Amino acid sequence: MYSEKRSREFYLLAVFFALFVLFLYGPLSAILILSFQGPNGGLTFPLNGLSLHWFFNLFERQAVGDFGGSFRRSLALGLMVTVVTVLVSLLAGLAFRRKFIGATPLFYLSVASLVVPSIIISLGIGVLFSQLGLQPAWYSSGFGAHLTWTLPFGVLIMFAIFNRFSPSYEEAARDLGATSWQSFRHVVLPMILPSLIGVGLFGFTLSYDEFARTLMTSGTYNTLPLEIYGMTTNVTTPVLYALGTVTTVFSFLVIAGTLALIIGINRRRSQG
Amino acid sequence: MVEVRLLGVGEPKQKRELRLPGWLTSYLQATPLALVLGAFLLLPILMIVTVSFWDYDFAQMYPDFVTFNYTETLGSWVTWKTYLNTLKYAFLVWAITLFIGFWVAYFLAFHIRTAAMQSVLFLICTVPFLTSNIIRMISWIPVLGRNGLVNSALVGSGVVSQPIEWLLYSDFAVALAMVHLYTLFMVTPIFNTMMRIDRSLVEAARDAGASGWQILTNVIIPLSKPGMAIGTIFVVTLVMADFSTVQVMSGGQSASVALMMKNQMSLLQYPAAAANAVVLLIIVLLMVSAILRVVDIRKEL
Repeated sequence: MYSEKRSREFYLLAVFFALFVLFLYGPLSAILILSFQGPNGGLTFPLNGLSLHWFFNLFERQAVGDFGGSFRRSLALGLMVTVVTVLVSLLAGLAFRRKFIGATPLFYLSVASLVVPSIIISLGIGVLFSQLGLQPAWYSSGFGAHLTWTLPFGVLIMFAIFNRFSPSYEEAARDLGATSWQSFRHVVLPMILPSLIGVGLFGFTLSYDEFARTLMTSGTYNTLPLEIYGMTTNVTTPVLYALGTVTTVFSFLVIAGTLALIIGINRRRSQG
Repeated sequence: MVEVRLLGVGEPKQKRELRLPGWLTSYLQATPLALVLGAFLLLPILMIVTVSFWDYDFAQMYPDFVTFNYTETLGSWVTWKTYLNTLKYAFLVWAITLFIGFWVAYFLAFHIRTAAMQSVLFLICTVPFLTSNIIRMISWIPVLGRNGLVNSALVGSGVVSQPIEWLLYSDFAVALAMVHLYTLFMVTPIFNTMMRIDRSLVEAARDAGASGWQILTNVIIPLSKPGMAIGTIFVVTLVMADFSTVQVMSGGQSASVALMMKNQMSLLQYPAAAANAVVLLIIVLLMVSAILRVVDIRKEL
């Protein structure tokens, strides 16, 4: 369908796409640059010298809130959410391969979990916990709140994967005498492993950056996004940008690491 | 001598396997999801509906059955203005993200020739969306502010004599930041749908003498509609639920329903916030079910 010569439409759209990418990354790079602002520099350009001043500032307790603590909490919460999201979505994906009564309501409940405004879930869980006499905390109520955001993504991805998954592989395994556990462990699981890692990445980043649902459910101790959100109103130095740079670089590392893992698995498979 | 051996005798015994009936396995596998969503989605929403009928004072709530949380909210013109404002954002952001999302997805799906290049470019679009929303929001401040990049460039080049004030802390800034935050939710589903359009349909149209524009309007756009519908669900529900972008980017000069709720929550007026939550939830669910009439999500995944 393609003529060898690129059409004018192509160049027009290529420019449009390039502008879109600039729009996505431009502001982010402004923050990255400004976080190296000199000690006397302000929140905007020009750069008043170059320094790591604001990064050191980040680790002084009085300059920002509890950066180290909130980072550790967000990390732990993200890992918990990742593990549970992968396991629960995988099980649900397997369940949806068969028809069962209640499958459709459960599917639409997952979709609902995606479309119900975050702040409503936050409010609901907060009020529910206080009425039950439970103390909200990031590892209980906050954990549950995050799962209502990550699980629907996981379930939809698993749903999409098993939609395209041919059952003939398992039939072949069964014909060769494999038990259902063996065919899952040695046939299905290796095939969907890269997608599962993708679900995990989604779970982690969504949780690590989530704050609307954490607002009423984190209890006494803030997660990192809540800490940053609080800073937007009362911090007027580039330390805010330093924090932004650090957490963005961390996100990039997580994404890059996961992608490398997926690519590595795919490569080994195509060789084997 | 003829040895008589009964079938199955003397052969190694088949390993016993616990075989559950299929339906039971499915239920067991679906249970964790149902439990989590039941406990952290259904119960909290039921709680909100209940609490929206409760009485309250400055310190706590009292179980009751009163309707003034609703009548107060719906009887005030501030509420109506806030709802209208939220709908305005939703419409604006939806229209812009649909336009950008469609052309970006179209470029990736139909103009990039190799699958590897497609993945790389798609990934470039995706990565920022996996980083913090708040950071991406505040990253506009040094760009749009009074002394920001745009204003210094404009003043420096002599296009304007005074810095433009409405770039930051305005409706413009809110809409811009929302487009920045949510466009991927439009790109991904449309791209996904376009990749599944049978390329021979495009060829057939071309052979039948259709121009590029006719192919676009008669083949590609109609077949991409499910993707647009799913993207619309994402963008509309995200904007309707947004409070942080409105708060940060309007500098407190604009309001949205969720922001109004958040303010009520910080004043511990939970029943009032709950009444608002119920109204907002009904509106959002109505919008989504209207869109779901156009598209069957289960088929599109």
